[in-house]
Order: sequence, then structure tokens, then C-alpha cells
Amino acid sequence: MGENAMKVLVPVKRVIDYNVKVRVKADGSGVDLANVKMSMNPFDEIAVEEAIRLKEAGMAEEVVAVSIGVKQAQETLRTALAMGADRAILVVAADDVHQDIEPLAVAKILAKIVEEEQPQLVMAGKQAIDNDMNATGQMLSALLGWSQATFASEVKVEGDNAVVTREVDGGLQTIKVKMPAIVTVDLRLNEPRYASLPNIMKAKKKPLDEKTAEDYGVDVSPRLEVVKTTEPEARKAGEMVPDVDTLVAKLKEKGVV
Amino acid sequence: MSVDDDTFEQLLDSVRRYVRERLIPAETRVEDEDDIPEEIVQEMREMGLFGLSIPESFGGIGLTTLQESRLVEALCYASVSFRSLVGTNVGIGSQGIVMDGTDAQKAAYLPALASGEMIASFALTEPDIGSDAAHLKTTARRDGRDFILNGTKRYITNAVRAGVFTVFARTDPDRPGGDGVSAFLLPADTPGITVAKPDRKLGQRGTKTSDVIFEDVRLPESAIIGGPDNLNRGFRTAMKVLDRGRVHVASIAVGTAQRMLDEATAYAMSRIQFGQPIAQHQLVQALLAESQAELLAARHLVRATAQEYDTHGQAILMASSSKLFASEMAFRVADRALQVHGGAGYMAEYPIERLFRDARLLRIYEGTSQIQQMIIARRMIKEYEERA
Ligand SMILES: Cc1cc2nc3c(=O)[nH]c(=O)nc-3n(C[C@H](O)[C@H](O)[C@H](O)COP(=O)(O)OP(=O)(O)OC[C@H]3O[C@@H](n4cnc5c(N)ncnc54)[C@H](O)[C@@H]3O)c2cc1C
Ligand SMILES: Cc1cc2nc3c(=O)[nH]c(=O)nc-3n(C[C@H](O)[C@H](O)[C@H](O)COP(=O)(O)OP(=O)(O)OC[C@H]3O[C@@H](n4cnc5c(N)ncnc54)[C@H](O)[C@@H]3O)c2cc1C
Repeated sequence: MGENAMKVLVPVKRVIDYNVKVRVKADGSGVDLANVKMSMNPFDEIAVEEAIRLKEAGMAEEVVAVSIGVKQAQETLRTALAMGADRAILVVAADDVHQDIEPLAVAKILAKIVEEEQPQLVMAGKQAIDNDMNATGQMLSALLGWSQATFASEVKVEGDNAVVTREVDGGLQTIKVKMPAIVTVDLRLNEPRYASLPNIMKAKKKPLDEKTAEDYGVDVSPRLEVVKTTEPEARKAGEMVPDVDTLVAKLKEKGVV
Repeated sequence: MSVDDDTFEQLLDSVRRYVRERLIPAETRVEDEDDIPEEIVQEMREMGLFGLSIPESFGGIGLTTLQESRLVEALCYASVSFRSLVGTNVGIGSQGIVMDGTDAQKAAYLPALASGEMIASFALTEPDIGSDAAHLKTTARRDGRDFILNGTKRYITNAVRAGVFTVFARTDPDRPGGDGVSAFLLPADTPGITVAKPDRKLGQRGTKTSDVIFEDVRLPESAIIGGPDNLNRGFRTAMKVLDRGRVHVASIAVGTAQRMLDEATAYAMSRIQFGQPIAQHQLVQALLAESQAELLAARHLVRATAQEYDTHGQAILMASSSKLFASEMAFRVADRALQVHGGAGYMAEYPIERLFRDARLLRIYEGTSQIQQMIIARRMIKEYEERA
């Protein structure tokens, strides 16, 4: 395999748009997603951007986006294609927008796709903003026996290695992992580009393969049970204080300092 | 080829996000600097905003009139000054070429206009001629196979940025009305053109209008839009361009009215007087409710007009009705939205102060409200007579 022949696989998830005010369903079984605006998970957008930058820098040859979920995830893949991914794979694994495919099932399907596609790098978001699992990348790495570098705030490809700076408690850690590897990306890695109108038009012509979970022989039925979903506690109104002394006194009174 | 619904929703989504994340935060900078920052200009080029209405085969997006209307509405949720930058390429500056240009003219200009590499201006208005555009005085005198252009144009949007002007000039001195007028495509670097310094205006800071003076400017007869056969037919081009342009301006009005109403609603929910948010006072509710109803009426009239235009290729009565109603509506909404802000609405710290000034123009350019009324009434009379 030549120097520039690296393929990057980017899994992208369709989630509730980060601008939408989330509402819990009346029965507490989850969040109401009917007729709600959905978008690409913001961390996945960062992953797509990084993959495209690797391609633009001549470090990667092809960027393949994958989405696993409902059929409408096609729109999310079109966004990835409009940003600059070369082709896309849609794995239809649910027909109800409320059915969340759990990280293990996603990781198993991704592992099969990795076998088929043979990428040198899987670039994923560190977590999805809907369920905040932070698990898919790690599980995929375990299933494949590949190296992993999580919470990336900088990624460099050096020969057969990826040099990744990670956001850890109390600072930054730089590690070197052998490829093929899995990198999960954090918020500060880059600022994703907007899908421009001409590129959205061009993306219409890029290939998008449609598969199902059965094609990969993976059982996606849930293993976790959601016991209860509740709204976050409402924010209490603030209080204006005349000066710093009063502020300190109040905070002491409340036992905060 | 046209843009399918799914793709269009994606385009709209991308523009809405760009508006929210990039354009709105840059508004005060545009106001302070009276210019659009170069990096935003570049981004707007990359986004493809200059090419909305230019066919895909010439590098544009090729939106239908209805799609263009909805996209312009979304874009004008941010300061309408950003729209003005792309507005002449999307509307009056490019549409003459799209509608009536020769293949060679299309090939020569449209790709550069679609990418935003070149800006197009539309030069019809003159110091002595505004609403009565058919009686324009700028002359293009024949000299062999060339024409010699002399005259002054006024309030020409984007003239300081233009690479090409669509200039309307009298080619038949014996015919004083629209029948003696031709439309020319004039590269901005042609000798004899002076662009004066930009006008000082009430609002829409960051947009540029100027006088453009032509002194013995020589241009070939191939510069006539549609070629030499279109000699003395330029006024029809102008009217066709302005007809479609009315849908565009009405869409601006709907977009900015929505922004102003949202600003007013947000303010009314947070401002407390007499022990409760002013949104709870019935007289404030009346201001908001009246605005909401009119805004919806305008939006749906404009969209129906755009649809009519797409189906029948013209919509004279509806287009003038849309332009009239939507621009007047936007200014009523502006006034009410400012009123809801009380004293704060008069202060530059709040966007409504600027949005109010910006909206005033909509009732004037591309045909004043009185001119729209005239067109509507004439059309009504004509249709009545045809039925009789
Ligand atoms: C910011 C800005 C940008 C512009 N950009 C361009 C551009 O890019 N290209 C271009 O060619 N032009 C442009 N214009 C010119 C614009 O189209 C004219 O200002 C407009 O058509 C009105 O013409 P006028 O200013 O000469 O007003 P006038 O025609 O002098 O009108 C003055 C008043 O008289 C009324 N009036 C006139 N005739 C009648 C009538 N018969 N019956 C009843 N009332 C009447 C009008 O409604 C108005 O209220 C721009 C103007 C502005 C302010
Ligand atoms: C340029 C300028 C100069 C000024 N100079 C002075 C000055 O020299 N001295 C001074 O003391 N003040 C001054 N003012 C303040 C001015 O008098 C107030 O701005 C004005 O009284 C409105 O109050 P407000 O701005 O707090 O608006 P608000 O009272 O917050 O009103 C906001 C909106 O709510 C409406 N509203 C409020 N209550 C009700 C209700 N119960 N029912 C229905 N509608 C309601 C109002 O009509 C308005 O539309 C000045 C203001 C400006 C803009």
C-alpha cells in the first residue's frame, strides 16, 4: 500500500439538533423526537472535518462516511458528502426514530464494515450528544484489537503511526499509536466547515450504498433498559446584589465558600 | 435541471446555520465599519450565495423562483446588508443576461457571476429619472458598428465593486419612451467610466451605492444584451428583470420582518413592567399579534407569487402586490417591534434600531410603493376591460 493510499472511515450519527429544546416524552421512556429537527452529531462533524483535512493534506486518499440507524440518516450522510467525504454507507437498522442503536451493536456493525473496507484510520466523535455514551470508539477498538486514541485535540499522521494529543484531566497528553487505529475526537480539534451550496449539489452525485443490519449478521435489539427519563431541574432565578461584600456574605450564608 | 426538495432543504439548512453562526454575529462589525469584512465576502463566495439564480450549467445553483424566495428569506434573517452584496448577482445584475443574453454573453459572464469572482451592477436610475425610467436620458449614439455612451446613473448598488454593468441607454433619440432604449453589458474597466464615491445613507450600512458617469464610452454592438437584434428592446429586458426582482425584494421583506418580530417577542418576554413581562400586557400583545398575522399573510402571498412565476414565467399583478404588501408590512412590523422595545428601541445597543432603518429602503427601490399601486391598478383595469 502506497504512502498516500490511506483510507479513513468516519461513523456519523443522526441526533437531535443541538439548537432544539429537548422535551421528554410524557411516559418518561425517552426524548420526543417526532417532527424534531435532526442534524449530524457535532463531534462527528469534527471527525469528518479532520478526515477531509487529512485528505486535503495528501495524507489520505479516500474518506468514507458510515451511518447506522433509521433511513433518514441518509440526510446526515449527504451532509458528510457535501463537506467532502467521497462516498457513504447507510446501514438501516431501525425504522422508528425513537430506537437508539446501542454502542455495542454499532461497534459490531462497524467492525464488519472495517473488515470489508480495510481503512487505516477510523475517526469517530468522542460521544453522541443524545445519549452521551462515549463508548462506541472504545468498543470498536476492543472488537478489532486495534490501538485507540480518545479525546483528540490534535491529530498528526507520521508514517505508520498517528500522533494524537488528548484532552485529559488537568492538561494535554500526546501519545503515538500504531495504525490501523481508532481516534475519537474532542471539541477543540477543529472548526468544521459549512456544507456549501455547490458542494451540496455535487454530493447528490456521490455514491451512497444502502445496507441493513442483517447484511452484517448483527443483532441490534437493545440490551440496556431505560428506567426513567426526566427533564433537568429548572434554573432558579438569579439574585442581584449591590456589591462584592454582600455577594461574599451571601455565598458564605449558603455554605458555598 | 432543478434542485429536488430534499437537496433544497439541505441548502436551506446550511444557509440558516451560516446566518446564525457567522452572519448575525458579524452584524455590528458591518455597521461600525460600513463594509462587509473580506473574510465574510470570501465565505459567501464559497457558500455559493452569489449563484443562487444562475443555471447550474453556468456554475450556479439554478434555484426556482420559489426556492430563491425561501432562501433569500432565510438569508435576510441576518442584516439585509449581506443580501445586498450578493443581491445584484442573484437578481437585477445577472437576470438580464440569464433571460435575454446570447450564448456568448452567458458563457462570458455567468460563471464569474455565479462564483462571485465578478460583481454585476444594474444601472437604470438617473439624476432626473427614477420612477419614470422609460424616459431615461443616457444616450448611446451609433458610430459605425460601435456605440458611444454618455450620461449619469444614480444610486447604483455595488457600482464600486462591479466588474460589469448592465446599462440602459437611449439608442433611438427619436423615440423618447421605453421603445428607444437598449440594454448593454459594459465591463467596468472600459475607458470613460467614473464611479463616484459611495452615498451616505439612512441605513443598510455596508451596502454601497454610487453615481456612475459615462463620458464617451465606446462599446461594440455585440455588447447589446441579446445581440444587435435586440437594439431598442432593452426596456423590455429591464421590466422582465424587475418583475422577477419584485419577488426577491418581497422575500427580503419577509425575512427581515421575521427577525424584527422575533427580536420584539424576545424583548417582550424578558422586559418586566408593572410586575410582569410586557408580553403579558394586552396592548403589547396587540402589537405582536398584528405583526404576526401580517407577516404570515405576506409570506404566503410572496410564495404563491413565486409559484405563479415558476409556472407561467410572469406574474405582473401578483409580483407588484407582493412587493407592495410585503415591504409595507415589513416597515409596520419594524415600527411596532421598535415600539415594543420602548426607549431601548431607539438606542443603537439593540439590533432593532438598525433593522428599523434598514427596512425603510424596501418601500423605495425596485419600484416605489406608489409605482406598485399604479402597476396593480393598471393591470386590474386592463383585465377588467378584457373581460368586458
Ligand atoms: C439604496 C438604493 C439602492 C438603489 N439601487 C439601484 C440600482 O442598483 N440600480 C438602479 O438603477 N437604481 C437603484 N436605485 C434607485 C431606485 O430604484 C429609485 O430610487 C426608485 O425607483 C425611485 O426613484 P427616485 O428615487 O428617482 O424617486 P422619484 O421617482 O423621484 O419619486 C419620488 C416620489 O414620487 C412618487 N412618484 C413618482 N412618480 C409617481 C406617479 N406617477 N404617481 C404617484 N407617485 C409617483 C414616488 O413614489 C416617490 O414617492 C436605488 C435606490 C436606493 C435608495
Ligand atoms: C432619547 C431618549 C431620551 C430620554 N430622556 C429621558 C430623560 O431625560 N429623563 C428620563 O427620566 N427619561 C428619559 N427617557 C426615558 C423615556 O421616558 C422612556 O424610555 C419611556 O418612558 C419608556 O420607558 P422604557 O423605555 O422603560 O420602556 P418600557 O416601559 O419598558 O416599555 C416597553 C414597551 O412596553 C409598553 N408597555 C409598558 N407597560 C405597559 C402596559 N402596562 N400596558 C401596555 N403596554 C405597556 C410600552 O408602551 C412600550 O411599548 C428618554 C428616552 C429616550 C429614548
